[in-house]
Amino acid sequence: MPTFMTPLAVTAYTATSAMGCGLAAQLDALRHARSGLRPNDISTTPLDCWIGRVDGVEAIALPAALEAWDCRNNRLAWLGLNQDGFLQRVHAARARYGAGRIALLLGTSTASIDATEKAYRQLGPDGAFPDDMRRPAVHTPHSLASFVAAALELDGPCLTISTACSSSAKVFASAERLIQLGLIDAAVVGGVDTLCDSVLFGFNALELVSTEPCRPFDAARSGISIGEAAGFALLERSDTAPDAPQLLGYGEASDAHHMSTPHPDGLGAELALNDALARAGLDAAQVDYINLHGTASRKNDEVEAALVGRAFPATTRASSTKGYTGHTLGAAGIVEATIALQAIEHGLVPGNLGGETPDPGCGPQFAWRNEHQRVDVALSNSFGFGGNNACLAFARAGFVA
Amino acid sequence: MSVLRIYVEGIGLWSPQLANFAALRDVLAGATPELPAARPAATTLPANERRRAPESVLLAIEAAGQAVTMSNRDAATLACVFASAHGDQAITDYMCATLARAPTELSPIRFHNSVHNAAVGYWTIATGCHAPSTSICAQAASFGAALLEAASQVVAEQHPVLLVCSDIAGCGPLRDVTGSTQPFGSALVLAPQAGASARARLDLEVTAGSTVDPLVEPLAGWRVATPSAAGLPLLALLAGTKNGRCQLAAAEALGLQVDVEHVT
Repeated sequence: MPTFMTPLAVTAYTATSAMGCGLAAQLDALRHARSGLRPNDISTTPLDCWIGRVDGVEAIALPAALEAWDCRNNRLAWLGLNQDGFLQRVHAARARYGAGRIALLLGTSTASIDATEKAYRQLGPDGAFPDDMRRPAVHTPHSLASFVAAALELDGPCLTISTACSSSAKVFASAERLIQLGLIDAAVVGGVDTLCDSVLFGFNALELVSTEPCRPFDAARSGISIGEAAGFALLERSDTAPDAPQLLGYGEASDAHHMSTPHPDGLGAELALNDALARAGLDAAQVDYINLHGTASRKNDEVEAALVGRAFPATTRASSTKGYTGHTLGAAGIVEATIALQAIEHGLVPGNLGGETPDPGCGPQFAWRNEHQRVDVALSNSFGFGGNNACLAFARAGFVA
Repeated sequence: MSVLRIYVEGIGLWSPQLANFAALRDVLAGATPELPAARPAATTLPANERRRAPESVLLAIEAAGQAVTMSNRDAATLACVFASAHGDQAITDYMCATLARAPTELSPIRFHNSVHNAAVGYWTIATGCHAPSTSICAQAASFGAALLEAASQVVAEQHPVLLVCSDIAGCGPLRDVTGSTQPFGSALVLAPQAGASARARLDLEVTAGSTVDPLVEPLAGWRVATPSAAGLPLLALLAGTKNGRCQLAAAEALGLQVDVEHVT
C-alpha cells in the first residue's frame, strides 16, 4: 500500500467544455441542469449522434509566435488557458519560482490528430501533405504540451500522458511525485481533447456511440456522446497556499483484462480507489461526493455502479456529469476534477443528468438530481482503454483526514 | 538540485540491426552481430495476440520482455512507463487515409489499437499486471522524459518500474513529416535499491538546456532515424565496462544528466 501523501494546494483551476468557457459557465450549467450536448454538426461525413462541442473554437486566433501549432486542439487549449485568469496565475508562479521550476504535465488522447486528418484530406497530386500543413509540431501526440509550454513560457519537465480516457487524471500523480522529490516547485496539469473524425467514427465503429444524448447509469442507456474540452490546474505546496483546496491523494492501477472493455469486477478501478484513499489517509465513509467516470456505455456503468455500491455508504453521493459535457476522453480527468473542486467550493452535488430511469444496479449513493450540502472531500474516477484506471481525491482547504 | 539514484536490473533492445542488448555490445566492440528476424518475436504475448498485434506493440513488448527476463523480476509486479514519440504511425496513416476516403469503414480493432497506450495495455494484459501503467511522449525528448518519469516513480514510490521507449518507422505521407525511417525500441527495469540483479547505478540530475552527447557510428545514424533511439548514449554506457556520464534531452529546454556506475 502507498504511504500517506503530503497534500498539495490547487491554487488555480479552470475548465472549458460544452457547458461553456470557464468555471462560472460550468457552475451555472450544473446548477440549472443544463446539458451542453447537441446533434452532431462537426464530422466531415454525417454521423447520427450527439456531441459536446465548444462554441467559437473555429474563431480563435493563436498569437503570431505560436502559429506553427495552429489546429483545433491547440485553439481549444488557448481558449481554455484564457479563462478564469489562469494565464496570469501561471505567469505569477513563473515569476515566483522560475520557468525551470514549474513542470507542465498534460493529458490528451486526440492531441492534434484533427490537423493530420485535415492534411490527409488535402494531399497534393504527389501524395504529400500540402505545404501549409507540413508542420511537424502538430503532427505529433506531443503537440498540445509543446504548444502550451511555449504559450506559458515554461522550461521545466514537460510531458504528455496519453492513456486514453484516464490521461488528464494521471497528470496529478506525476506532478505530485516531482514536487515531493524537490525537482520542481509547482506544476501546471491538465488536458485537452477535441472532436474530430478519428474519435467520432472510431467509437462509432466500436458500436459505443449513442444516437441520442448519453444517459449515464440509466437502465436504457445506449452508449456514449463524445465531447471536447480543455482544463488546467496549478499545483503548489500546501504551505504556500493554506486557503486553497487540496489534492489529497491519487490512485493508479491496471485492469490486465481487455483493451476496450473494463474488468467485469472493476478490479483495476477498485485498486485505484483504494490506492487513492490510502494515500489520502481517508476512510471511504469520509468521502462526500464522487464524480464518476459514468460514460453511459453498458459495461462501464454496470461495473462502476457495483463498485460504488460495495465501497461506499449511502451518505457518499455519486454522479456522472457526462450528460453535461459528453465524454471528453483525454480531457475528462481534468474537467471532472474541476467539477469535484466546484462541488467542494459551492456545496453542490451535481445531479446525474440523463439518468431518468436508474439502472437497478445503482445504489442509494446516486444523486439523480442536484443536492445542496457541504462537501469536504470529493473523488473523481477516470478509466481508459487498455484497462487504465485513475482516481483523484480532493478536499477543502484545511481539511485533515 | 535533487539527485535521483536508481539501479538498472534489466536491459532490452530491438531494432532491425540489434536483436538484443548483447548485440549492441558486439557492435561497440567492432563485431557484427547476427541480425534479428524481420518481426520482433514478442514471446511474452500469447500466440494468437502475437499474430494480430500491430508492429508497434510487438516492438515494445519484445524490448520489455528482454529487460524483465534479465532482471529476474515478475512482470506482474512492475509498474510500467511506456513511451513513444509518435505512437503507431502505421495506424495513424491507415486511420487518416480511411477517414479521408470512407470514414464509416474505419476498423474498430485498428481504432482501439490506435490509442497511445495500446502497447502498455497489451503488456499488462499479457503479464497479469495490475500495477500502475502509463504511456507518455515528449517528441524528440521522449526517452529522457520517460526516464525522468520512471525514475521519479521508482524513488517516490520505492517500487521497481519497467521503462520502455519505442517507435516504429513512419508510414505514408506522414513519414515525410515525422522523418522517422526505422524502428527502435529499448527497455530498462529500474529499482530503488541495489538488489542481487543490479547491473548499474544511475544518478540522475535535471539540467538547464538540452544539449545531447555525440555518438559514434552507426549509433549516430540510428539516432537520426528515430526519436526513440535518443537513449543510445545511456545504452552505450551500460554496454561498456567503464563508468561514465551522459546527457539526454528531457524536454525542449531541459536536460537530464546521467552518471552511470557499473555494479559488479
